[in-house]
Amino acid sequence: MSTWDRFVDTFFNGKVMLKYLPDILSGMVVTIELAVLIVLSGLAAGLALALVRSLAIRPLNWLIIFIVDLFRSLPPLVIIVLMYFGLPYAEISPSGFVSTWLSLAFVLMAFSEEIFWAGITSVHKGQWEASRSTGLSFGQTLINVVLPQALRLTIPPLTNRTIAITKGTALGTVVAVTEILGEASSAVSNSYNPSPLMMGAAAYLVLFLPVVVLARRLETKFAWKR
Amino acid sequence: MTKPIVDARAIHKHFGALHVLKGVDLRVAERELVFVIGPSGSGKSTLLRCLNRLEEPSSGSIVVDGIDMLDPRTDINHARQRIGMVFQSFNLYPHMTALGNVTLALRKVAGKSRAEADRLGHAALERVGLADRAEHTPGQLSGGQQQRVAIARSIALEPRVMLFDEPTSALDPELVGSVLEVMRSLRESGMTMIVVSHEMGFARNAADRVVFMDDGLIVEQGPPAAIFETPTHERTRAFIGQIQRH
Repeated sequence: MSTWDRFVDTFFNGKVMLKYLPDILSGMVVTIELAVLIVLSGLAAGLALALVRSLAIRPLNWLIIFIVDLFRSLPPLVIIVLMYFGLPYAEISPSGFVSTWLSLAFVLMAFSEEIFWAGITSVHKGQWEASRSTGLSFGQTLINVVLPQALRLTIPPLTNRTIAITKGTALGTVVAVTEILGEASSAVSNSYNPSPLMMGAAAYLVLFLPVVVLARRLETKFAWKR
Repeated sequence: MTKPIVDARAIHKHFGALHVLKGVDLRVAERELVFVIGPSGSGKSTLLRCLNRLEEPSSGSIVVDGIDMLDPRTDINHARQRIGMVFQSFNLYPHMTALGNVTLALRKVAGKSRAEADRLGHAALERVGLADRAEHTPGQLSGGQQQRVAIARSIALEPRVMLFDEPTSALDPELVGSVLEVMRSLRESGMTMIVVSHEMGFARNAADRVVFMDDGLIVEQGPPAAIFETPTHERTRAFIGQIQRH
């Protein structure tokens, strides 16, 4: 057996791959479910916090900044573990899936709040004044004038952050979530062969490459002619 | 003066320790064009911005078209429709077309349907000579055109008063004329206008009254000829002398 053959037999073993393909596929479903939930709830919460922050109510803003800084500094793994193993002492027992979802959603909320906020503050003060001078209210100005400009600026950093945090679904393995990496590593231990890990890697590519391409499309769409 | 349409009395404005307006009285009659001049930092822009409450005066009273602007019960968003404002830096919404800029407040504040707003928007763009630029975004327009769209955005709401805050200061010299021309036609249509600007030529032949401000106070006011040819105050003389040397 040549070195090449041994390499292929180890990392791309057809028999092993075929056997564990269904597991990887079911892992993909779990990862997609988690990812969609995290992205939707994380971004919605982040945008909501940024909007509340724009009201400039001081005690509320201190609270928002504290929460955001907290979730930005803690490693996501720590949050997942605390939630899964800690909350049961408070008579709440979230599943591994729920712990992973909520933890990563909080992290995404924190990072996206900062990004949305930066976008809102980057819109020139004159835009507010022009809109308010024609009689639009604070809320109407925010929605019709400021947010469309702010969101356009936030799309590149937001996509990067969203992808990075969504990949964190792999951390769910530590609390027994059967997502891609979880399925792949148990397949590796059962088959004594790392091929399932390669399939896992391929599964991540299949999931995330389209997201990156979509993000690029959005950037073009939101770039108005200067 | 008959009942003034703008009646501001004893306006004071503090920015922290800075006393920017030190008790300004300004009454403007209907159809009058008042020019406000003065050195930078004299408070003329702040005065203008107090009139539609973009700045909150520290004290004083402001009544515009019978509406007490400083009364907390006044619906300020409603009142602001009657007071158009044009800014030095145009402040067009870059993500909308010229028509979109003009129709936003028509739809959201004046409650017009999209079709009706579009009709009024086109009419306003026509008045500023930009009927053929309705679908252009601000980035595709010259500075002069952008400022005219900004004027259209204000006049589309049929305001009772128009405030101009250095409307030509950010423009290249060759583009100033087109904006002044629009302002002149507005004046001919009987619009009440308060203009903060350094366009002395325009002031001379279009203004009814020139107000000279310095250090947060109105120092002197009168017909353009009187202010420019025979100013009575030393500070006015010095300022007029300075700008006429250029």
